Amino acid sequence: MKPYLKLDHVDKVFTRGNVSSEVLKDVNLALAKGEYVSIIGHSGCGKSTMLNIIAGLTTATMGCVLLEDREVNSPGPDRAVVFQNHSLLPWLTVYQNVQLGVDKVFAKSKSKAERAAWILHNLNLVQMTHAKDKRPSEISGGMKQRVGIARALAMEPKVLLLDEPFGALDALTRAHLQDSVMALHQKLGNTIVMITHDVDEAVLLSDRIVMMTNGPSATIGEVLDVPLARPRKRLELATDPTYLKCRKRVLEFLYERHRFVEAA
Amino acid sequence: MNVQAIKTEPATALATTPAPVVAFSPKRTPALDRYGKMAREVAVRVVPPLIVFTLLMIFWELVCRRAGSTLPPPSKVFQDTKELIYHPFFDNGGTDKGLFWHLYASLVRVAYGYLLAAVAGIALGTLVGQSVWAMRGLDPIFQVLRTIPPLAWLPLALAAFRDGQPSAIFVIFITSIWPIIINTAVGIRNIPQDYRNVAAVVQLNPVEFFTKVMLPAAAPYIFTGLRIGIGLSWLAIIAAEMLIGGVGIGFFIWDAWNSSHISEIILALFYVGIVGFVLDRMIAGLGKLVTHGTSVS
Repeated sequence: MKPYLKLDHVDKVFTRGNVSSEVLKDVNLALAKGEYVSIIGHSGCGKSTMLNIIAGLTTATMGCVLLEDREVNSPGPDRAVVFQNHSLLPWLTVYQNVQLGVDKVFAKSKSKAERAAWILHNLNLVQMTHAKDKRPSEISGGMKQRVGIARALAMEPKVLLLDEPFGALDALTRAHLQDSVMALHQKLGNTIVMITHDVDEAVLLSDRIVMMTNGPSATIGEVLDVPLARPRKRLELATDPTYLKCRKRVLEFLYERHRFVEAA
Repeated sequence: MNVQAIKTEPATALATTPAPVVAFSPKRTPALDRYGKMAREVAVRVVPPLIVFTLLMIFWELVCRRAGSTLPPPSKVFQDTKELIYHPFFDNGGTDKGLFWHLYASLVRVAYGYLLAAVAGIALGTLVGQSVWAMRGLDPIFQVLRTIPPLAWLPLALAAFRDGQPSAIFVIFITSIWPIIINTAVGIRNIPQDYRNVAAVVQLNPVEFFTKVMLPAAAPYIFTGLRIGIGLSWLAIIAAEMLIGGVGIGFFIWDAWNSSHISEIILALFYVGIVGFVLDRMIAGLGKLVTHGTSVS
């Protein structure tokens, strides 16, 4: 397998004054094209830092991130991020929020009419066309996150980065949105990296689950393959032995590490 | 208050829609009722200040009517200034002009000084808010300069420009720029990191980032600064004009004092107050218009 996205010996040290703390140590990860990988770990384990490094919003102290064998160290639309708190610009309408990215990425390659059609197409993918002229303050949390996903998808990213995208939503909305993301992944075949702290979410959505050890100096503790066929159905999986086994593995990992932290 | 009044306009428009529309939604209150409600709202806002104003006038009249009073009562003020009130547009050349022209001259000076201050203030505020080094270098200087009273600048300005007009404009500029700079800087500094991240991922260039993210995100703060600035401008222009002379409401007041026309001073004060109020409301209204939807939910 030739890796599509690769994290090569990534270290991250935050230095403030003469106090420095090592957040990530020797993180190595390779993703195939079209793969859905979740990163799970307790809070403070540096998983958000890891996502920011992939996104280019933070630079790695050592090591590098390779996308299609090219080093990336600054943010760009090829690694679009869906932020935890949606981060829609409140003074723009839903349509304009998506337009912001589209107009930059396709400034030369698409005509104005094509761009408009493309924006509507992406809003349609997340079923938000009906609210295109509303402002973020006028739509619900789940809808905002849908628009956030549309904004990211509309940039046609090589890798889609999801930073706890469903963390701030209630359980029902979350399940609904997870199904939407699964359907989109099925349809578009994006390469996705998702940060989560929800074990069920990780098992349900991912091809592989990357489990992080606790910080400081967090690193990848274990990588679990989730050999479940797609499309996956939430209800059927609830009693599926493979699903339960995967879930148990992740729980065991987190539980053991968690206990380890408390003892320390 | 103005903004409230604007908001009720759509209701009026709805009331004039054809009858069938009303028939489809039985829950709607009848037009008459809504007019009654609007009238009540207007009454609630207008009647109390009117009552207080009338009471104050009566009090003033009673106090100043006695013989030997140093200030004229309102009835005398009106009698003395009838000509000025009824003919605001006369122009006999020199400084012998109607009150409209005096106010106009003052407003033009304020417009120049204030617009310059707005542009320079937002630019400097952005610089100070965006760059830590600019803040470290400039902020202490700003903090000292902003405490200098407006009129203290006037002699220096006269020495530099050797003319009243640019000096007055400079005084307006230097008075109103500080709150604009400081509020803009705070607004820029408070832009959420999320917005910066979005801009970084989308790869907005600096100009696009400034116009599409910074300005709208900081707009509520900027307008706070602009509103304080316009108030200070109006405060400063009156004082400056008293010293530089020429046409202008400040000079008109000083001139009236020199000619012992106390009634004219009082009339001018009314106008100054009303114009100041309108300016403040204008900037506040503009701010509301521009920043609608900026409040993060």
